[in-house]
Amino acid sequence: MTITADAGQGIVLSGLSKSYGPVRAVRGLDLTIAPGETVAMLGPNGAGKTTTIDMILGLTRPDKGTVSIFGSPPAVAVRDGWVGAMLQAGAPLDHLRVRELVKVMASYYPHPLDVAEVLRVTGASDFAGQWTTKLSGGQAQRVRFAAALVGDPDLLLLDEPTAGIDVEGRRDFWQAMRAVTQQGKTVVFATHYLEEADAYADRIVLIARGQIVADGPATEIKAQATARTIRATLPGVDARALGTLPGVRSAQRHGDSVVLSCTDADAALAALLGAFPATRDIEVTGGSLEAAFLELTTADADAGHQVMETAR
Amino acid sequence: MTHFRYEILRMLRNRMFYGITLGLPLVLFYAIASGQRHVIFDGTSFPLYFMTAMAVYGSMYAVVAPGARIARDRSGGWIRQLRVTPLRVRTDLAAKVAAAYLLALPTVVLLYLAGASIGVHLDAAQWLRMTGLIVAGLVPFVVMGFILGYLVPVDALAAALGGLVVLFALLGGVFGFQLATSGPLFDVLKGLPSYWLVQAGRTTVMGGGWPAEAWIVIALWTAVLIPAAALAYRRATSRV
Repeated sequence: MTITADAGQGIVLSGLSKSYGPVRAVRGLDLTIAPGETVAMLGPNGAGKTTTIDMILGLTRPDKGTVSIFGSPPAVAVRDGWVGAMLQAGAPLDHLRVRELVKVMASYYPHPLDVAEVLRVTGASDFAGQWTTKLSGGQAQRVRFAAALVGDPDLLLLDEPTAGIDVEGRRDFWQAMRAVTQQGKTVVFATHYLEEADAYADRIVLIARGQIVADGPATEIKAQATARTIRATLPGVDARALGTLPGVRSAQRHGDSVVLSCTDADAALAALLGAFPATRDIEVTGGSLEAAFLELTTADADAGHQVMETAR
Repeated sequence: MTHFRYEILRMLRNRMFYGITLGLPLVLFYAIASGQRHVIFDGTSFPLYFMTAMAVYGSMYAVVAPGARIARDRSGGWIRQLRVTPLRVRTDLAAKVAAAYLLALPTVVLLYLAGASIGVHLDAAQWLRMTGLIVAGLVPFVVMGFILGYLVPVDALAAALGGLVVLFALLGGVFGFQLATSGPLFDVLKGLPSYWLVQAGRTTVMGGGWPAEAWIVIALWTAVLIPAAALAYRRATSRV
């Protein structure tokens, strides 16, 4: 993990661990986020994303490890109004209209934004007079976004902000998000949509089984994720031997056929034919984002770390 | 301040609830007390006794009401949202308590007017003293409302709060009869805050205010309930 020069000013998670009974939700997570960065925490359900976000917010106390937000513990950062959060659940207060809810949220913060402006940016102006209990899923999501934003926090934490929202709604949300983060906010969002992480984050942190399995700029992760795959028929060769060929990241055997996931498919193909001239039925394909994502997040932890090293 | 204003607004907008806290005691008072104007009960006039009892009954409902709103905030997950804003828990609760008392006040005043209309006569100092006693005696109920709000599932909450109020009201003699006037049961009843709430009227007229015993009962209930509420809060907001 690289520690940036201004680590004390950013978000620093070190050795963060949390178990729920026998379930180890987060296992020794280290992460440093520089101010102004937009970071996607990408991972499947149950990877530990929400637990991590809860610990950053101080909603959940870590068993081990510490969280520092701009040099302060979470409780101080929250109290001083540096943090805005969009949590997964959050059916808004009842007996209030949308505008009133955003106003009351604004009143908690020392330097809130203009309520009308926030409603406009988040696309909530059209139903600002609506009761908070009579909103569609997409509308409620905008209201929760407005509520997180109105305090003008330096750090925005969004826990699966677009879960259950249709494609168009998702696009609108991220457009609004873009407009907001141009003002130098630090943004951390959890998602299990790969495209979303790719499109909107400067950096993707891939989380699986409570650990970081890959971490890098979106382009790097994407290059890694879109590695090519070689399939061929090759009886009687140990998959481990194939895995050590140049340009090969991992190798699997299914009966007589082998599948090589490659970082450099050209080098791998040459090496494969050089070492095993008997190879037949060769097929080279571009790996899908989804396949690579699945591979990274379902491989065992050690393999995941090797993948990360390779990527650097 | 905005938070406080909207807490009041949220309460007033719950018209059904507000209507019941305001209307039900009034209706009961006229229905039962108007026919018994000259009855002497518990050492005082029945209308005075029952006026106090009904003012207490309505205001008990009013001050446990924040519990219902806490439960709804909790069930929707909004309580966690509030925890990640600079709003302090004690500010939030203070606003809820203030709003609850503000809701209780019209009930009490309305019952006073109703009492006066059928012949309850007190001087200004007595009205004020009695109100002060009611305000103090309601404190344990405010805290009980919080505790239920933090612990009871939202779909069972109306029953829990209603049951709490009715139970304490019944044991405290709110409904115009006392379960015991001597013996060990009476000693138990005298250990309840609702008993002393109902006595607010009589003791005001008879001797100027509550005996020390009453203050001890209220203080003890409050002292035990506040840490319990803190525990309940922690349980409700941590995700384990």
